[in-house]
Amino acid sequence: MSTTTTEALSATTLLRFATAGSVDDGKSTLVGRLLHDSKSVLTDQLEAVERASASRGQEGPDLALLTDGLRAEREQGITIDVAYRYFATPRRRFILADTPGHVQYTRNMVTGASTAELTVILVDARNGVVEQTRRHAAIAALLRVPHAVLAVNKMDLVDYEESVFAAIAEEFTAYATELGVPEVTAIPISALAGDNVVDPSANMDWYGGPTVLEHLETVPVSHDLAHCHARLPVQYVIRPQTAEHPDYRGYAGQIAAGTFRVGEEVTILPSGRTTRIAGIDLLGRPVDVAWTTQSVTVLLEDDIDVSRGDLIVPTKDAPATTQDVEATVCHVADAPLTVGHRVLLKHGTRTVKAIVKDIPSRLTLDDLSLHPHPGQLVANDIGRVKIRTAEPLPVDSYADSRRTGSFILIDPSDGTTLTAGMVGESFAAPEPVKDDPDGDGWDF
Amino acid sequence: MTTVATAAEGTDSPYALSHLDALESEGVHIFREVAGEFENPVILFSGGKDSIVMLHLALKAFAPAAVPFSLLHVDTGHNFPEVLEYRDRTVEKHGLRLHVASVQDYIDRGVLKERADGTRNPLQTLPLTEKIQSERFDAVFGGGRRDEEKARAKERVFSLRDEFSQWDPRRQRPELWNLYNGRHAPGEHVRVFPLSNWTELDVWQYIAREGIELPQIYFAHEREVFARNGMWLTAGEWGGPKDGESVEKRLVRYRTVGDMSCTGAVDSDARTLDAVITEIAASRLTERGATRADDKLSEAAMEDRKREGYF
Repeated sequence: MSTTTTEALSATTLLRFATAGSVDDGKSTLVGRLLHDSKSVLTDQLEAVERASASRGQEGPDLALLTDGLRAEREQGITIDVAYRYFATPRRRFILADTPGHVQYTRNMVTGASTAELTVILVDARNGVVEQTRRHAAIAALLRVPHAVLAVNKMDLVDYEESVFAAIAEEFTAYATELGVPEVTAIPISALAGDNVVDPSANMDWYGGPTVLEHLETVPVSHDLAHCHARLPVQYVIRPQTAEHPDYRGYAGQIAAGTFRVGEEVTILPSGRTTRIAGIDLLGRPVDVAWTTQSVTVLLEDDIDVSRGDLIVPTKDAPATTQDVEATVCHVADAPLTVGHRVLLKHGTRTVKAIVKDIPSRLTLDDLSLHPHPGQLVANDIGRVKIRTAEPLPVDSYADSRRTGSFILIDPSDGTTLTAGMVGESFAAPEPVKDDPDGDGWDF
Repeated sequence: MTTVATAAEGTDSPYALSHLDALESEGVHIFREVAGEFENPVILFSGGKDSIVMLHLALKAFAPAAVPFSLLHVDTGHNFPEVLEYRDRTVEKHGLRLHVASVQDYIDRGVLKERADGTRNPLQTLPLTEKIQSERFDAVFGGGRRDEEKARAKERVFSLRDEFSQWDPRRQRPELWNLYNGRHAPGEHVRVFPLSNWTELDVWQYIAREGIELPQIYFAHEREVFARNGMWLTAGEWGGPKDGESVEKRLVRYRTVGDMSCTGAVDSDARTLDAVITEIAASRLTERGATRADDKLSEAAMEDRKREGYF
């Protein structure tokens, strides 16, 4: 990185993205190449990798050692869990959720994709779109990751043939579009040789698009908030009770979606009481308007009962509250999730008791077929679940809001995180999954 | 100080947050989640830049009310006097309560033994974990960042520790969206890392933007140092220099603040925040690689210490 001024550096935006790829697709090499060629690997880190590679009898530095951080991972040569990596260019900062491609891929990819705005899906140019590619596309679609990059890797092994790339890109884009992935960018690369990762390839004159890094630097990071439902989950009530601030009562939280303005009429859920926003403090500074994902403190005109777990929403755009939640879930714990299971459900800042009423279907990611009434979901399973909550919850459809449409299930006995949940329909696509023709389920 | 929520350049949206605003907002969210869900949290505060930024975020998160947490410092007995002075001044300025767990006490009582290499960092684990147990802290904020070290790259924001304060990287809870799970059994606690997603450069840029005061050892100054294992260590009663090591006066600064026996200074003429930021942006060494001896002990040094309960 060149020496730029503080102002110029801090004006950059942040992009969170996740990688997905199976064992031999070259994911570690791509990640290593991105870090290395963007000059994010520093001398002492590279020396450590060289030392470790040499002590294992390897000839060159093994870039996978940059990312395999745990003793067991190095000993077994596998990647156990999601790791987060950081790199920067003068244009943007990046948080990379580096997800392993091994057996436990589904829950790991779901974890990585939950906070990602972009997914890089790798395929081997020699193999094309395979089952694993379809799984990755399906997870990206389920998690509603706004952007997908198809990185067709190992182009050097197919003589940098345009026709090979074009066929794979076409097949993948058709499949992803059918699933409702909003935007697919296909890029032909060789992670090993460095083609089109950071630097444009001299071997593929026929490709006129961006390199992987260039695309990561320029993809838009936020949506048009004017069309978002505004949502503020109350985290904490700030009451100084000091001589200076005897009556200050602020509702602190991170705006989950949309924008809030001073003077706006708002409703507190689940109570349904209505008031107006008297003021907004943006970490100590009063502002007229605030938006996602700012952490703010809201002051209300009327002295009504508001506490942690409540949701502040515009009165004209309030979600319905319900005790019956139907969702697509990914089970992330080793012990299975069964019908009748008593759990805790954390939605926003509210945690309530809940019971699993039904598991209508399990989804096979390979072909998106449905297995009806599987009885239980085991680790890495994705399925539809009906949950009854002890108290009404103001949930949105995950399609409308990734933050207020998501929840986790927790085992009340030992606190284990059991399941990741997404409220409403699974895919944005017209009809790939439809498990409840009677339609007694979700209604927004 | 620049304005708090400037729209970032290079985007098509007026609502895009700059990366520092995004990181700040996330850090504040984490502090408020802990305040909302735990009974007795504490902030690990060493007087180093990361814990100083943590405290700054906590002050902003609960303003105009006071920070609803106390502070805990693990004093190795070999701390830099300038840093201890900064610590005490900060505690007083904000009306906070400070707990101190003292490594020297443990050595004096014969519970811990001085190591042959004189390094006291590994000795911090026992005083820390015993203090957590005796004060019944259920959430312990640490300034650890995932960019520091590859074992840390695997650390969760909410990281459950068992009754022996141990970390088991294979049994971590998946962390989904921003739905942090703070459930724990009695005796267990959760380590919380609000700066997980920050890099060293982010920390320095944020310090500059917010105008946060730091201990002076972070800026270039003349100091009596001697060379050991490729680092400049401060001469002092803690045990240096030894035979064959000679003291010289150099213009140096510190990139990290820790135990004097294992925290090295770097040659630098960066006397201002801007100069420090320029220097770090151009550096080809990580801060730990440049200045921490204890991380070089083995390939898994950090992981092994974290497993035992170290921060």
